[in-house]
Amino acid sequence: MRHLLDFAGWTKSEVESLLETAKVMAEVLERPVKKVPALQGFTVATVFFEPSTRTRISFELAARRMSADVVSFAAATSSLQKGESYKDTLLTLEAMGIDAYVIRADAAGVPHQATRWVKGAVINGGDGRRAHPTQALLDAYTLLEALGSLEGKKIAIVGDILHSRVARSNLELLPLLGAEVWAAGPPTLLPQALPGARLTPHLEEALEGADAVMVLRLQRERMEAGLVNLEDYIAHYQVTEERLQKAKPGAPLLHPGPMNRDVELEGTLADSERSLVNRQVHNGVAVRMAVLYHLLVGRER
Amino acid sequence: MTILIRNVTLVDALGERGPADVLLGEGRILSLEGGDAERVIEGKGRLLAPGFLDLHAHLREPGQEVKENLATGLLAAVRGGYTDLVSMPNTTPPVDTPEAVRALRKKAQALGLARLHPAAALTQGQEGRLLTEAGLLREAGAALLTDDGRTNEDAGVLAAGLLGAAAFGLPVAVHAEDASLRRGGVMNDGPLADLLGLPGNPPEAEAARIARDLEVLRYALRRGQKKPRLHIQHLSTKRGLELLREAKGAGLPVTAEATPHHLTLTEEALKGFDPIFKVAPPLRTREDVEALLEGLLEGTLDAIATDHAPHTQAEKEMDLLRAPFGIPSLEVAFPLLYTELHRKRGFPLKRLVELFTDGPRRVLGLRPIHLEEGAEASLVLLDPKERPVDPKAFASKARFSPWAGWVLAGWPVLTLVEGRVVYQALE
Repeated sequence: MRHLLDFAGWTKSEVESLLETAKVMAEVLERPVKKVPALQGFTVATVFFEPSTRTRISFELAARRMSADVVSFAAATSSLQKGESYKDTLLTLEAMGIDAYVIRADAAGVPHQATRWVKGAVINGGDGRRAHPTQALLDAYTLLEALGSLEGKKIAIVGDILHSRVARSNLELLPLLGAEVWAAGPPTLLPQALPGARLTPHLEEALEGADAVMVLRLQRERMEAGLVNLEDYIAHYQVTEERLQKAKPGAPLLHPGPMNRDVELEGTLADSERSLVNRQVHNGVAVRMAVLYHLLVGRER
Repeated sequence: MTILIRNVTLVDALGERGPADVLLGEGRILSLEGGDAERVIEGKGRLLAPGFLDLHAHLREPGQEVKENLATGLLAAVRGGYTDLVSMPNTTPPVDTPEAVRALRKKAQALGLARLHPAAALTQGQEGRLLTEAGLLREAGAALLTDDGRTNEDAGVLAAGLLGAAAFGLPVAVHAEDASLRRGGVMNDGPLADLLGLPGNPPEAEAARIARDLEVLRYALRRGQKKPRLHIQHLSTKRGLELLREAKGAGLPVTAEATPHHLTLTEEALKGFDPIFKVAPPLRTREDVEALLEGLLEGTLDAIATDHAPHTQAEKEMDLLRAPFGIPSLEVAFPLLYTELHRKRGFPLKRLVELFTDGPRRVLGLRPIHLEEGAEASLVLLDPKERPVDPKAFASKARFSPWAGWVLAGWPVLTLVEGRVVYQALE
């Protein structure tokens, strides 16, 4: 693993090994002094061509917890529109001796493009609709904590599947770990086909007997584009207490955030014991430590 | 100057024949049986064809010279074997006045490379509202009218444009794509776009607009005194081809072109997220490519046109949402299709050459050039020797190519416009 762009070409044992490392990192985070020297002398750059707070902080914290130096670059999309080039930005950073780049962009494929220009490891911090692999890893980690194993488990992903990088990455990763993944959403927000996914416009079908439910954010721009009617969405796709009864008793709820309370998810559910939302955020740091460690130190292993 | 090309195989829309000793002088073919000449060129193993005509090239002048200009574009053309070229009017400002057409022609004539036949905008500013002056544009030398790059949303304006252009014998070319169905699509809509997380441009967006434009053509045909002519640019889908086939079968005066990229690449090329492969209409599926090949063979498609669309390197290194659409291809179009279609797939050479020569000439209402005594000596000599595509060596300002490194044969080594050498790369 030289870069982490998506899960194409990954094996189950590679993922398991990474998640094992994440466990070790999680232990580090429980200590009074939450810092190890594992990445001393390495420099990690967070290069965010699309604004994001939680992912950037999570990555920066992960790097710092392992004693890496961290630099961050945030470019407004407007300057990209004016023709500022990704390549020049990355080559500038490369000239300063960066070892790993965490790249976030609003267009699919930017991290892939970056690997053609820089020598350092590239980590996809979320690219357009394409992939958000560390989110999927932290989701898998959180699900494993809750369910023990994903083998034969039914996971339902609900919401705007078509435009979701979180859904795409989970649909790559969770089946690799043995889960059966269903994706439900309005027809205009469902892809035609995605490997690893059972797609349905009927929420109940996806929820039936589900071991866990992952709710995605409904984006306002989809409504403006005429792809979905808000009232209709709430009426048919909101995950409510009542609908959740179709799932296994106590089935945990995940959400990658930020959340529209009472739109995609009933507000009370978000605060209920079933909600693992804060656990996901917590686990994000350990998982990202593991990824950085694997890419920078464990490369030869 | 008289030139003798010895022992050369002749190929044009009439077929392959020879070898012949072709004597050129006074801008014409003087003889196919040799004679004394001031310059003798060995043609053994090589092919001599009529000069190619490109119906669809973006030369970016005026206003976007950072991407291309007449000098680099027309040099790229002759290096690709083109003696004639139609430039698209979506420049800055758009070519929508007789003065602009005259200025382009004058400048191109002074360059002495390929002959330029500017296309003029169908509507003022290419805004799709007010028609341009078809008659005056024709007199200034415009070859056709088109809002290429824009998609003629208003059917009434297109109908009026067809009627107006018909009165002066001009064809109207259309970028047939329903913009509201295409939305922000950057690649072919389907499972691969879903997988790659890229917004899709559905094949139905092309078919829907072709269907509409054919109805508009029927209307103009019924209402007009002169026969309107509709030309569909860069056809890319199987369904679009079916609609065209049906329309031609019904006798509608419609023609269409296909591009080298839609004939040799598929959507799979986007898997590496490289904007070099971002074009409009997008690269489609293998099934569409096969349909287009069939359309070329059976004559449903009339011409191969490059849609040569140069951009700067930096623009093509943006992401897939922001990078502009387009591929530069004037310099590789013929060798690419000679190698990929004729050599590898047995596509008849005679038909291939016809699609570069007579086919596009007929679309413009020009006389064909056949290799016979007295014919105009606008010709290209093609070499069977293989060499790889090297974008760094392009004359075009756009030095990137989806075919970089592909080993191709059939490269032009000599291009003549009315007997005058405008390009040579003879060893």
